[in-house]
Amino acid sequence: MTLDTVTKEISATDSQVLGATGDVANALENEAIYIIREVAAQFEKPVLLFSGGKDSITLVRLAQKAFWPAKIPFPLMHIDTGHNFPETIEFRDRLVEELGLELIVRNVQDSIDQGKVKEETGKYASRNMLQTTTLLDAIEEFKFDACIGGARRDEEKARAKERIFSVRDDFGQWDEKNQRPELFDMLNGQIELGQNVRVFPISNWTELDVWSYIEREQIEIPSIYFAHQRKIFLRDGLIWSAEDDVVFRAEDEVVEERTVRFRTVGDMSCTAAVESNADTIAKVVAEIRESSISERGARIDDKRSEAAMEKRKQQGYF
Amino acid sequence: MKVLKLATAGSVDDGKSTLIGRLLYDTKSLTTDKLEAIEKTSKQRGYDYLDFSLATDGLVAEREQGITIDVAHIYFSTPTKSYIIADTPGHVEYTRNMVTGASTSQAAIILIDARKGVIEQTYRHFFINNMLRIKDVIVAINKMDLVDYAEDTFNAIKADFEELMAKRDYQDQNITFIPVSALKGDNVVNKSDAMPWYQGQTLLQHLEELDLKDIYNTGTPRFPVQYVIRPKTDDYHDFRGFAGKVYGGELSVGDEVVALPSQTRSKIKEIYFHDKKFQTASRRSSVTITLEDEINVSRGDMLVKADDLPQIEKQFTATVSWMDSDQLTPGKKYVVQHGVNKVLAKVDAIHHKIKPDYTGIDEEATSLGMNDIAKVSFKLNKPIFYDAFKDHRTNGSFILIDAQSNATAGVGFIE
Repeated sequence: MTLDTVTKEISATDSQVLGATGDVANALENEAIYIIREVAAQFEKPVLLFSGGKDSITLVRLAQKAFWPAKIPFPLMHIDTGHNFPETIEFRDRLVEELGLELIVRNVQDSIDQGKVKEETGKYASRNMLQTTTLLDAIEEFKFDACIGGARRDEEKARAKERIFSVRDDFGQWDEKNQRPELFDMLNGQIELGQNVRVFPISNWTELDVWSYIEREQIEIPSIYFAHQRKIFLRDGLIWSAEDDVVFRAEDEVVEERTVRFRTVGDMSCTAAVESNADTIAKVVAEIRESSISERGARIDDKRSEAAMEKRKQQGYF
Repeated sequence: MKVLKLATAGSVDDGKSTLIGRLLYDTKSLTTDKLEAIEKTSKQRGYDYLDFSLATDGLVAEREQGITIDVAHIYFSTPTKSYIIADTPGHVEYTRNMVTGASTSQAAIILIDARKGVIEQTYRHFFINNMLRIKDVIVAINKMDLVDYAEDTFNAIKADFEELMAKRDYQDQNITFIPVSALKGDNVVNKSDAMPWYQGQTLLQHLEELDLKDIYNTGTPRFPVQYVIRPKTDDYHDFRGFAGKVYGGELSVGDEVVALPSQTRSKIKEIYFHDKKFQTASRRSSVTITLEDEINVSRGDMLVKADDLPQIEKQFTATVSWMDSDQLTPGKKYVVQHGVNKVLAKVDAIHHKIKPDYTGIDEEATSLGMNDIAKVSFKLNKPIFYDAFKDHRTNGSFILIDAQSNATAGVGFIE
């Protein structure tokens, strides 16, 4: 896919012909817009899975660009674990209102109350795995045939294997050994009733690409991505939030205050913070450029085993 | 910073994943936690070296068998370029995944095990890369450490490969030979001390100096319409924009264009990228175009310059690379997806099949099985607007979709 790219902006009166710039940000942006437009054209009921994290916020910006001056022709859906950072939820509601978008929220708590899933207990308890059931139920409820997500191939090695259009069967399962070939720009979205396609428009973006784009486009993101004072405790060398009761904390785990930020924003119970003084986007970009730890190094859900992500994906996880 | 997409190819155990791991390691692209995971697993398995393939073989089945089944996409960057590497499988049975990885690449690395030399998979992969008209191919003769870094071995393999090159269809392909040891790190990123007889560039030096202008395929501008934007708001009540990606050349405001298949003429009125107007859209830009006249254009239609029309035909002949377990036979019907346009197609005739060992053609072939490559004619229910693949990579390629299973069953390159 990708490459050589747009154009320099000119004023409406300027008749000069300008050439391609061909840089990374433009190439990836054009590729993503192409993919998002394919979704709108090929599917009857697409949805954009929105977590309030930087990747899904970037997707919203790309979707706006893809359809301007028309509105984004599909709703956003948030699978709320009930353990989200409050800053993220606040941000989500404001964004949706400002852009006049439709937002669907489905709660993991409801799946628990219905007895479909059981809350994990103990030191590493998380609702991350439970999301899958809520997501699959919502897909069935609304008959969504395409779910756009912000997953990137550089995040994790099972994700590195995934196609841009990734077909899931009616149990939401990923058949990783039998993926459709994806050739040139051609995306085959033909599916049977009951199947759905997970679509990853920013597959080829790296973490740094996303941050550089947020900086270039001046996209607003939740405050927890920036350095702030937070009550935390340490476990297994990782920094956990102690601001509320969501993360299980043993009695001997001592709470202290530090300047931290979050590099990835998932469920509070599986997302650790990093120590950082980066309080602007420019500083965050500089920090990531220098970082020697990968983004998902602070995601305990990946550390359950070498194949943690692949197993979750087979079950229908994003 | 520019992006370069490249694909690896080579037989099983030629060391593709190890080479990529080495590139990541020597360019300091592996983060501490990933490196620690590789060290830990390598030790658990009792290896006395770091198994870099663990960085890219992301599936359980791959790590169990020590092979690559599907394409992994790996990212790293240097101060000058951003690289996207498609690490493709070496097994014959996963050739379709190899084609997938190579189809979006501008450069390819074919690995050869210095102990084995040119083998059937080398033929296959070279043939496919040539068929896909990938401009820059690097033949990395690997495991030089296991042949005492011998210049004679390198030269003998190079000579064998040059014999293949004489037979290639796409003669303008640049081919570069580099002796490497991915495991030890010779000539991958750092110059080898063990091979003073080799005066050329290391693999990374070669990639760094590739001029992207020279290796991107171009052609005449084609604008397949993906989606029609009709906001129907008060501010944009009459706005009708055609959203799509520009392929081949440039399109500018004022250009006289023809809409296909209706063949109606108009002029480009505006070119938008998001809410900003541009005078010119260059290739690969996802823009929205408005026209001077109210003409009927919908998804699958194409805007082209009035003085440069493509072929408009209800039949064509193409080289097809078959990827499905169900066979392709004359008379069978498929959906042809040509860019964003879909039509129904019937297999008219199989002219000949490339022999599996690439020594020639089989004119008696009556069906195509998985991984076969053949020349096939199709009849269509509606015309498509195409160029020959050699003139236009995007507008000369298509996929075949099985109407029952919806599988992407094959890819074709139009003559």
